[in-house]
Amino acid sequence: MKTLLNNREVWLAAAIVAMIGLVSSRFAGFAHPGNLAQLFNDTSLLMILALGQMVVILTRSIDLSMAANLCFTGMAVAMLNAAFPAIPIPLLIIVALAVGLVLGAINGLLVWKLDIPSIVVTLGTLTIFRGATFVLSGGAWVNADQMSPAFIGFQRAQILGIPVLSWVAIIVIALFFLVMTRTALGRSIYAVGVNPTASVYAGIDVGRTKFIAFCISGLVAGLAGYLWISRYVIASVEVANGYELNIIAACVIGGISIAGGIGSVGGAVLGALFLGIIASALPVVNISPFWQMAISGSAIILAVALNARGERKQGRIILRKAEAA
Amino acid sequence: MSTTSDTIAPRQIPDRLDRPLVSLVFSWEALLVLVAVAIFVANSLASPYFLDAWSLSDLTFNFTEKGLIALAMALLIISGEIDLSVAAIVALASTLMGMAVQAGVGTPGLVAIGIVAGLACGAFNGLLVTRFGLPSIVVTIGTMSLFRGIAFIILGDQAYKGYPAGFAFFGQGYVWWVVSFELVLFLAAAIVYGFLLHRTSFGRRVFAIGNNPVAAQYSGVRVGRIKFVLFCLTGLMAGIASVLITSRLGSTRPSIAQGYELEVITMVVLGGVSILGGAGSIMGVVLAAFIMGLVTFGLGLLNVPGIVMSIFIGLLLITVIALPIVWRRIKGRRAA
Repeated sequence: MKTLLNNREVWLAAAIVAMIGLVSSRFAGFAHPGNLAQLFNDTSLLMILALGQMVVILTRSIDLSMAANLCFTGMAVAMLNAAFPAIPIPLLIIVALAVGLVLGAINGLLVWKLDIPSIVVTLGTLTIFRGATFVLSGGAWVNADQMSPAFIGFQRAQILGIPVLSWVAIIVIALFFLVMTRTALGRSIYAVGVNPTASVYAGIDVGRTKFIAFCISGLVAGLAGYLWISRYVIASVEVANGYELNIIAACVIGGISIAGGIGSVGGAVLGALFLGIIASALPVVNISPFWQMAISGSAIILAVALNARGERKQGRIILRKAEAA
Repeated sequence: MSTTSDTIAPRQIPDRLDRPLVSLVFSWEALLVLVAVAIFVANSLASPYFLDAWSLSDLTFNFTEKGLIALAMALLIISGEIDLSVAAIVALASTLMGMAVQAGVGTPGLVAIGIVAGLACGAFNGLLVTRFGLPSIVVTIGTMSLFRGIAFIILGDQAYKGYPAGFAFFGQGYVWWVVSFELVLFLAAAIVYGFLLHRTSFGRRVFAIGNNPVAAQYSGVRVGRIKFVLFCLTGLMAGIASVLITSRLGSTRPSIAQGYELEVITMVVLGGVSILGGAGSIMGVVLAAFIMGLVTFGLGLLNVPGIVMSIFIGLLLITVIALPIVWRRIKGRRAA
């Protein structure tokens, strides 16, 4: 099973390399390391968000409210910065993480304590969070000139020639990798997704694990909220509208099963990169950006079809092993 | 304990059991009626303009189009599937109608194109889900991008206008006094879907699939075929809604009906349809459609911006779902 999983990621990585090769055959500068680093930086936010979503999907849940959480947190941090420019950026990041965590915990509590299906909960909180953003801001925007230079400059500062935003993404990826593969929490998240009933017998609190998963996706959305606002230097109610489905798309393309229990950190990262490359390659090869939506749609459908084939094969192998045992 | 030991509780199949009066009073539909009446009274107290025939008529435009899609979506969700691409189908069908207008197609042709386009999109979803056995939630996220993406490819940042005068009737016309064509169509469709779900063997099969697809399969229900039909119906209703919306707005942009899918699903879930499948009623969905229309229209009269209304819709969704659960918990604790 492990090799099959690896195969799928290798396969996706190959598709990404092939795509880069194809584009650079027509436009040589595309594969330039500088451009690829830029591409990674552009995709950082989607990668971070996809990792948060992955954890939730692994537990057989879904978080439709991530983009709305991002929007609310970003607005809160931007308004705080506009009103008190003296607050240091690390403190603002902690505020963003805390606000995101609280919103994620609300989702998690409703799923854990009331047993409401996560799709219903997050459908509700999606509209509530976005509406709350409007109430918080009174419908006003926070523009670039209201933000402090440090607020905007933080993620653009270069460390070892790489912008801070990319470093944040690298650190988040590393953290998720450690948690998912090296900790009891990571194992229990997978266990809950693969077989909730067996997890209960193994002493795992399924509801609590889901709650933690939603807290993680909330934390990640909060972090992305600050990074998003300081990247696009505008905070409004419309920020990241509809982006929740992009995040889920990145996960699906990355081979994370919507039925839970299957998926990896590498898959989520590659899925996000795949969408990022499509977005940045289209203008280079002279295809109208209006094509982007249809192409990512087709990529999602193709990815699900391939995932489903892989999963079906796995099922048969497990059955055969069980019969043999 | 001893009183219940001889009667093992059967698996609840919530549709059409002979319910005693007590359970009818505590039913989901009764709760919705209560909510609707409360909102209606609150609205008429809050705004002097609310209780007016034309105001109430305008109110119905808030939900008829989404409600039409919600009727078919209810059946689809009861069967255990979901379609997130409905709003994108509306956009694509509207774009194709716009293209046809440029080619000089008349009103009957436009309506046919809108409906057939919706049906074709629904069939495409159905094919992917039933023939290839893919999870519908992901497939329809994909086709959502695909359908709306095609609309963007065709239209870009342009808009289609110049629909023929006769075409305006569907979204703007009145059948009698303040009764709009949209409202009549919605009520007629509600009766058809109510009959289909609650009075035909097809409806029973939909419930059976939602409760246990494997058992349904072994009972001789053609699970795949019925799901395919349900996807087609949902696409068809999205096509009809597209005709109405395009007619009402008189123009087509690729961003038309953006975000409708979540509102339609909210309507269905608010109407008491279990998101896990197997339970629900058309009556509940119709009531939920009215409630959502009442909330948005009433708040609109009070000059509450649309985005703030969405807080109320979101809170309404979660509280209405949570209330019976909390109620059952409290009752269970008292019994124990």
